[in-house]
Amino acid sequence: MAIQFRHKPGLVVYLTAGDPSLDATRAIALGAIDAGADVIELGVPFSDPLADGPVIQRASERALARGTRLKDVIALAREIRAARPEAGLVIFSYFNPILRYGLVRFADDAAAAGVDGVLITDIVVEEAQQYLAEMDRVGLAPIFLAAPTSPDERLEAIATHSRGFVYAISRTGITGKQVNLTDDAAALVARIRRWTRLPVAVGFGISNAEHVAQVGEFADAAVIGSAIVDLIERSTPETSPGAVVRFIKGLQLQPAALAR
Amino acid sequence: MASVIHPSATSESQPGRFGIYGGRYVPETLMAALVELEHEYAAAKVDAAFQAELALLLKDYAGRPTPLYFAKRLTTQLGGAKIYLKREDLLHTGAHKINNALGQALLAQRMGKKRIIAETGAGQHGVATATVCALLGMECVVYMGEVDMARQELNVLRMRLLGAEVRAVSSGSKTLKDAISEAMRDWVTHVRTTYYLLGSALGAHPYPTMVRDFHRCISREMKEQILEKEGRLPTAVIACVGGGSNAIGAFYEFIPDRQVRLIGVEAGGRGTALGEHAARFRGGAPGVLQGTFSYVLQDDDGQIAATHSVSAGLDYASIGPEHAALHDSGRAEYVSQDDKATLDAVVRLARTEGILPALESAHAVAEALRIAPMMPPHDILVVNLSGRGDKDMGILAHELQLPGA
Repeated sequence: MAIQFRHKPGLVVYLTAGDPSLDATRAIALGAIDAGADVIELGVPFSDPLADGPVIQRASERALARGTRLKDVIALAREIRAARPEAGLVIFSYFNPILRYGLVRFADDAAAAGVDGVLITDIVVEEAQQYLAEMDRVGLAPIFLAAPTSPDERLEAIATHSRGFVYAISRTGITGKQVNLTDDAAALVARIRRWTRLPVAVGFGISNAEHVAQVGEFADAAVIGSAIVDLIERSTPETSPGAVVRFIKGLQLQPAALAR
Repeated sequence: MASVIHPSATSESQPGRFGIYGGRYVPETLMAALVELEHEYAAAKVDAAFQAELALLLKDYAGRPTPLYFAKRLTTQLGGAKIYLKREDLLHTGAHKINNALGQALLAQRMGKKRIIAETGAGQHGVATATVCALLGMECVVYMGEVDMARQELNVLRMRLLGAEVRAVSSGSKTLKDAISEAMRDWVTHVRTTYYLLGSALGAHPYPTMVRDFHRCISREMKEQILEKEGRLPTAVIACVGGGSNAIGAFYEFIPDRQVRLIGVEAGGRGTALGEHAARFRGGAPGVLQGTFSYVLQDDDGQIAATHSVSAGLDYASIGPEHAALHDSGRAEYVSQDDKATLDAVVRLARTEGILPALESAHAVAEALRIAPMMPPHDILVVNLSGRGDKDMGILAHELQLPGA
């Protein structure tokens, strides 16, 4: 499946796989898709998530404490794909778990599971040669992050090598909530568009309907991560799917066709 | 052990690669800053005024050159190779760390950065950074794991007295690894205004190269001094290896001298199981941690393993990428010494030579104690005594059950 945004703006939901359990993550993902998420990013928990704020750090710790492994995340992706053939599915990880699993084996297994794309937080385009070759071999979309600090020549490389969408980081910093969107985000998206026609999703700190509406004015999709992971942390495994569904419905996403 | 997976092209010409190791594995937000740093460092390196300013501070402020001391009583007692100690412990702030802190702080000043952040394990790099920030009038924030703050309390107090803010890190294992992650999170957030003064030969390019360059003076002096005293090169140079800054500084000028053995000593901790030591070459596999591709202690899922060492400065799951390359090429040998042998070495050196080594450096002393008796008297061992042990008095008093403690 190709990654498609059916809403304006589209919605990408990040979930740390295995928090609070793999079953719960599956139920939350299916609920989120039905409520309007165009793409689910399944986060692979990592022991040392240096690009993440405290909310996702804690979620990773909980998932690891329950023994969540990369192969479990791939199996979870397969189940979500079987249940929701139309949804976009991205595996979101730090590099080391994938390196240890084996880059070739990972590419094969993720593609076979029906995953659409891969985002590795600590891979930049300069270091991506083998990773890109593997993604290309199996038809997975490599998604790169673009930062407000990235100069134009880096944005060109990021846009050229990305497939599916480009992930624009809304501000310098780690994942987590923020009060207001800065001007950084709109300026970055405008710069990215000079190099690509791919959709651009904006993430980091997007936490409410107002943020999503703001993002919709200049980008194709919003990524919500910490706000939803935080909601899951404050819910029980039984109540979290319902809570996430209500949260997404509260964002009042419009179908892309109507928005036109 | 997993097969060595080349994460990228393995060409030596790639920036910051040591064989297949090194590179840059960081969030995109930091890339512009790393490229800027690489260029600024390259410019400073060839700037005579910058080099002169650093040389003057190293001499008059830090106390270079440090002596190469012949440990005569120890040599006689062991009855083997002659043992020399490179006295980095006599430097201002008590360890080799000041070499790099001065170099990078001058670079930060040249780049117009006024806010400095650093991580620290044993606190020696934190103290060195706090010291140079006081000297140059810069704001200083040091990240330190809670476990390390407890066991190296004296250094926490020193940093605070020097005007630095010490931020406790309570995530993960609450040691050096977690302090680095937290410093990187700060840097990602404040990258436009902040200079990250990394304290070991670790992290993304250009740090491993830059930190090594600032410590090259150790082996340069060693070589001159041993040639002056003995008229020949040493049989072996021994240094402890956490991230590997003192070791790479002590090895570097000897790398072309193939007859000189280079021996790195890792922390053997209290056992051989994963989690009980920090011997990356014994229990680790190539992987990516905190910006660089090197040997990493990790489990089968690529999750970073816990480590243990009596010395906070060696208690780290990865090792500088240049050491990984020296290991694989066989140019340097890496061994480990456990907590007990290290504590014995502290006592032995203190009572034989009147020198109290840092627990980190005592790992290198322990290896010298092991191999010197097996070597002929004509052989020469140079031990890099990277730091002094005053900071460790609390641990030593407890571990050695000193009267009055």
